[in-house]
Amino acid sequence: MKAALIRYSPLLILAVAWQLISHFELVSSTALPPLTQIGGAWLDLLTSGELEKNAAPSLYRGGVGLLLAIGFGSVLGIAMAWWRPVNVAIGPLVEVFYPIPKSALIPVTVIWLGFGDGSKILLIFLGCMLPVIIGAFNGARSSEQVLVWSARSMGASRLRMIWDVVVPSALPDLLNGIRTALALAFILMVTSELIVAREGLGNLIGFLGANGSYAAMYAVVLTVAFLGFAADRIYQLLMHRALAWRETAAT
Amino acid sequence: MTSDAQIVVDQVSHRYRPPSGREVLALEDVSLSIQNREFVALLGPSGCGKSTLLYMIGGFLPVVAGSILVDGKPVGGPGPDRGVVFQHFALFPWKTVKANVLYGLERTQLPRSEREQRAQSYIDMVGLTGFEDSYPSQLSGGMKQRAAIARTLAFNPQILLMDEPFGALDAQTRSLMQSELLNIWRRTPKTVLFVTHDVQEAVFLAERVAVMSARPGQIKALIDTKFDKTDPHIFKSKAFVDKVDEIWGLVRDEAVKAQASRRQ
Repeated sequence: MKAALIRYSPLLILAVAWQLISHFELVSSTALPPLTQIGGAWLDLLTSGELEKNAAPSLYRGGVGLLLAIGFGSVLGIAMAWWRPVNVAIGPLVEVFYPIPKSALIPVTVIWLGFGDGSKILLIFLGCMLPVIIGAFNGARSSEQVLVWSARSMGASRLRMIWDVVVPSALPDLLNGIRTALALAFILMVTSELIVAREGLGNLIGFLGANGSYAAMYAVVLTVAFLGFAADRIYQLLMHRALAWRETAAT
Repeated sequence: MTSDAQIVVDQVSHRYRPPSGREVLALEDVSLSIQNREFVALLGPSGCGKSTLLYMIGGFLPVVAGSILVDGKPVGGPGPDRGVVFQHFALFPWKTVKANVLYGLERTQLPRSEREQRAQSYIDMVGLTGFEDSYPSQLSGGMKQRAAIARTLAFNPQILLMDEPFGALDAQTRSLMQSELLNIWRRTPKTVLFVTHDVQEAVFLAERVAVMSARPGQIKALIDTKFDKTDPHIFKSKAFVDKVDEIWGLVRDEAVKAQASRRQ
């Protein structure tokens, strides 16, 4: 508890500075409304149900897109590492697709699937799949030859060996790739909703900003930031647990 | 003579191409027969291809020139009739000691309770009682190797292929492990092929020592090394010391050659 307090003290200092700056009107209060005012606006959004109503579709899109990306990305990445034809077929696609800013695809996915959930899910899926593929691929390639041999000599079939040796060997890199994808899911979720959507947290931010409700706009921005932070912390905790075998170094 | 041999290596050569550079002839025309229940050490300077030969018998590397028969059948791929103990243990780091030992038993027809019992008895045998739930990263080098040996012995392979299994251990642990291995071999007779570059280890453990030449690896000599291994003073006995000296002479020439070829 005390350690956490010290660790996040820069955030606390920033919050105090923010409050002081807007309190003494060092910058205009429309550009930077006082935190107390933002807190009030947040409570209003919550009690009116506005926040929940928009958070639900956002989290749904982010969640589904990310889960699909994890599923397909892990299988593709591992397959690329172990079957040459898959690598030949998909490797170049990944290389070309990787540096494209995924937000540039927002209009494309909208043309394909319209303004609703589909286009957002597709965008998040495509964007998040790349770091997952790359993590799974690098991880699977790093599996040790002797472990592969070891499993084979104990009677494991080739497919069984992939599951028993290659997948766990890939896990550290794969889980790191998924962590990157998790952050990316939030980015793509808000960006896509900000540009074309009828609902969602990104849409709400855009709407409140356009209407001059800056305190409320900040409230939603900070909510998104907190959700992203919380998701990453929870994920790290789970990742730590999944890789416990690695971190128990001999004393 | 080869009729009742369990492993027959006949005129095997092996070439490989390193990621960069020219093709290397690792083994040339190697022939070796190992009898059922025999303990043979494969001795040679590092880089002579002795591990390569072991991996070929294990079925990990393809036999292109010559032939390798195990129980009269050509070696195809790896299989549980040949248990392998690798130099660097090759334990699954994400599995506990017990789960590692159970792994080889999973594909046997034994019922679950039987497998559990078997795993436990081999863990007890190698002295790892109380470490069943430890991960390999929590064990010392000697303990890891004992876990690896328990894992291989547990599924009861007829043939044990051991690739410098004690190479990474400190002298004390190594000596304990050698005695333990001999005990196990005596209790559950198996055919053992043991790769090492340690002359004393080879003479102490094996009934026959195959001395390999520097690259390209060939069998330079086959030497009988049957002693009373239970004699606690064996290391000081004249017969033992003479045998070690004799083999040392053979190995030293090859080690010097290997050194020279590496400097080129």
